[in-house]
Amino acid sequence: MSVATKARKLGLKQRYALMTRGLGWETTYQPMDTVFPYDTYEGIKIHDWDAWEDPFRLTMDAYWKYQSEKERKLYAVIDSFAQNNGHLGITDARYVNAIKLFLTGVSPLEYQAHRGFAHAGRHFRGVGPRIACQMQSIDELRHAQTQVHAMSHYNKYFDGFHDKTHMHDRVWYLSVPKSFFDDAMTAGPFEFLTAISFSFEYVLTNLLFVPFMSGAAYNGDMATVTFGFSAQSDEARHMTLGLEVIKFMLEQDEGNTPIVQRWMDKWFWRGYRLLALVAMMMDYMLPKRIMSWQEAWEMYFEEAGGALFEDLSRYGIRPPKYHEVAAKEKDRISHEAWGIFYNYTHAAAFHTWLPNEDEMAWLSAKYPKTFDKIYRPRYEQWAKMKAEGKRFYNNTLPQLCTTCQIPMGFTEPDDPTTICFRSSEYRGERYHFCSDGCKDIFDYEPEKYIQSWLPVHQIYQGNCGGAELGQVLDWYHINQGADNLDYDGSPDQQLWDKWMSDRKKAAS
Amino acid sequence: MTRNVSITLQNTDDARPIIEAIEQDNPDAVVHHYPSMVKIDSPGQLTVRQSTVEEKLGRDWDVQELHLSIISLSGNVDEEDEYFTLSWQ
Repeated sequence: MSVATKARKLGLKQRYALMTRGLGWETTYQPMDTVFPYDTYEGIKIHDWDAWEDPFRLTMDAYWKYQSEKERKLYAVIDSFAQNNGHLGITDARYVNAIKLFLTGVSPLEYQAHRGFAHAGRHFRGVGPRIACQMQSIDELRHAQTQVHAMSHYNKYFDGFHDKTHMHDRVWYLSVPKSFFDDAMTAGPFEFLTAISFSFEYVLTNLLFVPFMSGAAYNGDMATVTFGFSAQSDEARHMTLGLEVIKFMLEQDEGNTPIVQRWMDKWFWRGYRLLALVAMMMDYMLPKRIMSWQEAWEMYFEEAGGALFEDLSRYGIRPPKYHEVAAKEKDRISHEAWGIFYNYTHAAAFHTWLPNEDEMAWLSAKYPKTFDKIYRPRYEQWAKMKAEGKRFYNNTLPQLCTTCQIPMGFTEPDDPTTICFRSSEYRGERYHFCSDGCKDIFDYEPEKYIQSWLPVHQIYQGNCGGAELGQVLDWYHINQGADNLDYDGSPDQQLWDKWMSDRKKAAS
Repeated sequence: MTRNVSITLQNTDDARPIIEAIEQDNPDAVVHHYPSMVKIDSPGQLTVRQSTVEEKLGRDWDVQELHLSIISLSGNVDEEDEYFTLSWQ
């Protein structure tokens, strides 16, 4: 007699094993080394690819199920935001400039990440990391698409949203994020994962996608916070994989430790420099603020990162080199970056402004050691010059750091009043850097960084549309007189002020 | 010194029962509220228990549904059918 029994459901671990490991095979027509030519040359030794663990144990079927649910929720909000004129609900149109910087500086990185993970996934012979990279590649494409869709609503009304990809490839400050990702994409697959999955996703993106997005919500931007948190729900998985790839490399072979440590040092500093843009977005571009850059740095790097590096110390890993320099800079980097953009606002695709009295009071309270002493007098002087009809513009092209490509405006670790300059000579040429961190990166791989496409050099070499600023801006596709210059007096401001006065009239 | 692990969830109808379950099962956890999100810190370890979330929700709940509400985390992840745990060793 047989009794029909209900088929027992497989446990999470078994499902994961069958639906990832069960999908790989040893190649026979060609040797594995020929099929996967890139996963050994970086010096990382892997003895057992099956030791790779995906802690979330997500299989492709579950992945599609949850991702489609996320998309349905997200698109309901994006549609609703557009249908209900969501742009009228933001605190102030100055805020939109942070979103312009996001669309031109960050969204193209999502697309690059999509390409990068597709490439890295193809080149790992282990099926665990290959599937993790495949999911992440699809995630990143989703992020690029949903960001473009969400922000396209602002493009109907505001300037500077019209040509993100073209601008990303050409505009001077966008070479900062672009060159960061190009650097990662041209590395081997293990370095790419250390750069993006670990240093960027685990240690640093929290600072962009968590407090900044909460700030977007606080400023009434329902579309951005929704795509931000929808993307970040994937990032939580990416972060876990980032930590996993590090542990995997460290556990596989002792010889991997110094290689991994060097990559962590490099990519911490690369990512930290890139975050200067996020620092100023948080401290200057959110009309209503929830926390300062310094507070976010302390919460997400010093506390969360500190716990992480303490955990990794059992493998002989120490916190990334120059993290103590980042700690010294935490009460100045946002102010220095905003100062650079104020200087060059005529050459940017978004507007700048001087903080108003209330905002300066907030900055004084958040940065008691530095703001009143160093930055407030500077803003007061610039405000005075503007009132006299002599708005300060820096009309000389800046020297750029060869590694991070940011204009040389950062200061000495122990002296916030002196610009930090470092340089190295390589084959008879002198190269300049903003910091010891950037100099070290160059010195280790000079042949890579002497090829950098530095926007200022390219302008001087005649490769950017012409010798006049106007010609360069045309070549950037910056719509002059609309996209650039001060927020004060811009078409964006005029439109916003008209909406707000119409609202008052309608209410009276 | 015990380092905090941390989980950040959206402040939504889907996530609120998870937040309540975390508070109930992790008495040392500290809940921080920010615009549109909730960050929960807990010394050394934090567990999301399926049974507690199901009790709060009044329906079956797959631990992997956490993917719909999570924004960020800090700590080593261990996930099983019945629980999701973050810890520092």
